[in-house]
Amino acid sequence: MENWRQQPWVFLTFIAPGALWLLLFFLIPLGWIWLFAVGERQGPVDIVVTWTMSNYAEALQPIYLQLFFKTLWIAILSTVVCLVVAFPVALSICFAPERYKNILLLLVILPFWTNMLIRTYAMIAMLRQNGFLNDGIRGVWTAIKFLLTPVGLGGLMGDQFQPLNLLYNNAAVILGTVYVYLPFMVLPLYANLEKLDRSLIEASLDLGASQVRTFFEVIVKLAKPGIISGVILVFIPALGTFLISDLLGGPDSQLIGNVIERQFRAANNLPLGAALSFMLLYLTFIALALRAWFAARGERSDA
Amino acid sequence: MRPLRRRTMLAGTFAAAGVLPLSRLAHAQEEKRLNVYNWDTYIGSNTIAEFTDATGIEVRYDLYASSDELFGKLREGNPGYDVIFSSSNYVERMIAADMLVQLDHAQIPNLKNIAPAFANQSYDPGLKYGAPYTYSLLVIGYRKSAVTTAPVSWDAVFGEGAPQGRVSLPNDTDIVRCALKYLGKSLNTEDPADIKAAEELLIAVKKRGTVKIFAPDTGQDLLLSGEVDLAVDWMGDMRQVMAEDDDLAFAVPKEGTVLGIDCMCIPKGAPHPGNAHAFINFILTPEVHAAIAEEIQYAIPNAAAVELLPEEERTDPQVYPPQDVLAQSEVPAYKGEAVEKLFEDALTRILAA
Repeated sequence: MENWRQQPWVFLTFIAPGALWLLLFFLIPLGWIWLFAVGERQGPVDIVVTWTMSNYAEALQPIYLQLFFKTLWIAILSTVVCLVVAFPVALSICFAPERYKNILLLLVILPFWTNMLIRTYAMIAMLRQNGFLNDGIRGVWTAIKFLLTPVGLGGLMGDQFQPLNLLYNNAAVILGTVYVYLPFMVLPLYANLEKLDRSLIEASLDLGASQVRTFFEVIVKLAKPGIISGVILVFIPALGTFLISDLLGGPDSQLIGNVIERQFRAANNLPLGAALSFMLLYLTFIALALRAWFAARGERSDA
Repeated sequence: MRPLRRRTMLAGTFAAAGVLPLSRLAHAQEEKRLNVYNWDTYIGSNTIAEFTDATGIEVRYDLYASSDELFGKLREGNPGYDVIFSSSNYVERMIAADMLVQLDHAQIPNLKNIAPAFANQSYDPGLKYGAPYTYSLLVIGYRKSAVTTAPVSWDAVFGEGAPQGRVSLPNDTDIVRCALKYLGKSLNTEDPADIKAAEELLIAVKKRGTVKIFAPDTGQDLLLSGEVDLAVDWMGDMRQVMAEDDDLAFAVPKEGTVLGIDCMCIPKGAPHPGNAHAFINFILTPEVHAAIAEEIQYAIPNAAAVELLPEEERTDPQVYPPQDVLAQSEVPAYKGEAVEKLFEDALTRILAA
C-alpha cells in the first residue's frame, strides 16, 4: 500500500482498532481530567465544571513553578546521565559478536520483567546505611585499616567506619530514575547504531580522523535520531515520576509528580491536581514543538 | 452552560446502558455473601473462616493500602462493598459526602461493648455510621542505644537539640497536627495563623537538618534498619518492630498527639446490608475482637474484649495508654475541604522548602 488514498478501506480497517482504543481509553479520560482543571469542588466528592481559571492560576504560583523547575532540572540531569551511560552500552552491543548480541539485549531488558516498585525497593536495599554498597565499602575500609595499623598509619582511617549517606537525597532520585529508565535509552540507540553503515567509520579512520573525532563527528551524528527518541522516552516519564522520589528522595526531594499524586489522593483536590498535570503536559508539548522548530531551522540552514 | 456533575452523569450512563442492579430486587432475602474491604494484615487469620462457619455467609475479602485509596475507589460510587474499614477522618469525610449507611444499632447489639471514651468522639457522635475497630496514637519511636535520654516530648524531634539527620517524620498532614500539639494548640485548629506557625516550625526543623526523610508510613522500618534513630509513626507499627529488636522503644509525647480510630462502616449501595450488620456484630463479640487484638497488636476500643486479654497486655501502658494520655490527644476532624486545603498547602510548602 503506497498511499492510503488508493485503498482507503484497507487503511481504515487497519487503523480502526488503534484509533478506537486511543479514543476510548486515552482521549476521553484525558478530556475528563481536562474538565476537572476548569472545575470547582463542591463538598468532598462533587466537582462542578464552571470554566474557572482559578486552578490554573493557583498552579502558576511561585511554589509550584519552583517545583516545576526543580523537576525539570532533575529530569534533565537524569536524561543526560542515562545517555552517557547508555551510549557505550548500545555501541558495545552493536560491535559484540553476533552470537552474544541477543543475550546482551536480554540483559538490558531483563529488569523489565520485575515490577518497577520492586526494583525501586531493591535500590533501597542497595543504598541504605546498612545496605549492600555500604557493607562492601565497610569491608574495604576494614581491610585497609588492618593493613595500615601495623605501619602506624591506622589513625588515618578514623576510629569507626562512617556509612555513606547514599539514600534519601536528590542524587539517589537521579540514580533511581537512571536505573529504571536506562533500557528506554539503550534500545532506541541500539536500533539506530545497528543500522549504521560501518564503512563510514572505516572511511573516517582511513582518512586520518582520530578515534575520538570519529566517535563524535561520525557515530554520534549518525545516531542522532536514536538519541532523540531515547531522550524523549526517558525525559518525559522522568518529568512525571513520583514513586522514585517518594521512596528514594530526602526531605527536599518533593517533585511536581508528588504534588499531583497528593492532590489526586490524600488532598482530594482533583481540580488543582488536574491543572498541575495539564501544566506539565503543556510544558512537554512546548518542549517538543521547540525541538521540531529547531530541527526544521537546522535543516534549512544545512540546505 | 448547565453545570456538569460527575455523579449525575455516571447515573445517566448506567441508566442508558440498562445495567441497573435489578438482581437486588429479585432477592427478597439476601444471598449468603459479603464483600469486605480492609487494610492488609489487619484482621485475625481465622476471623473470616469463623464468621463463615457461624453464619454460612461466604466472604470476599479485598485489601487496600491506604485510606485515600479506599476513598478514591468509593467516590465514584460503591463498586459492591458491604463493609469497609476506614480511619475516622475519612469516616467524617464520607459522612459529609453522604456515602455511608446509618448503622442499625438493633442489629449490632455488641456496640454496647465499645468503651464510652470511644462512643462519643466528634467525628461520629453516638456511633451512627462507624463501629470502632482499633485505635492508635502517633508516637516517637527511638533506638535506646542512640539517644542519651528517652524522649518525653515533641521537643525530641522538633527542638533544637534533636539529632542531625537522624529523624523520620510522616509525609502527610499529620505532621502539621503534631507540630500544632507541640505549640500547645489544638490539632483541629481552623485558624490559619496557628497552621502558619506550625508550618514555620517544621520548616525551621527541616532547615536545621534534623529531618532525614519525610516517610510514607514507613518510619518504623527506617528505625528497624538503623537508617534513623527517631521516627514518628503509629504505635501499633512501632510495637510490631519492637518485637523484632529489643533496642527499640517508643514514647507518647507529653503534649498529646494524634489519636487515630479505625472503624467499620457500611457504604451506600452495599448489596448485602443485613450481612454487613451481622459481620460487624460478629467482630465486636468480645472473644472475636480480643483474638484479633492479640494477633495484630493494635489496641481495641472494645471494653468487654479488653477484659479477656492477658493481664500483662491489658495493663501495659505501652499497649493501652492511660486515660490522661488519651484525654490529651485528639482525633483529627474533617472540617470541610477549605480547612483540609490549609493543611495540605502547608504540607506542600514544608516539603518544598
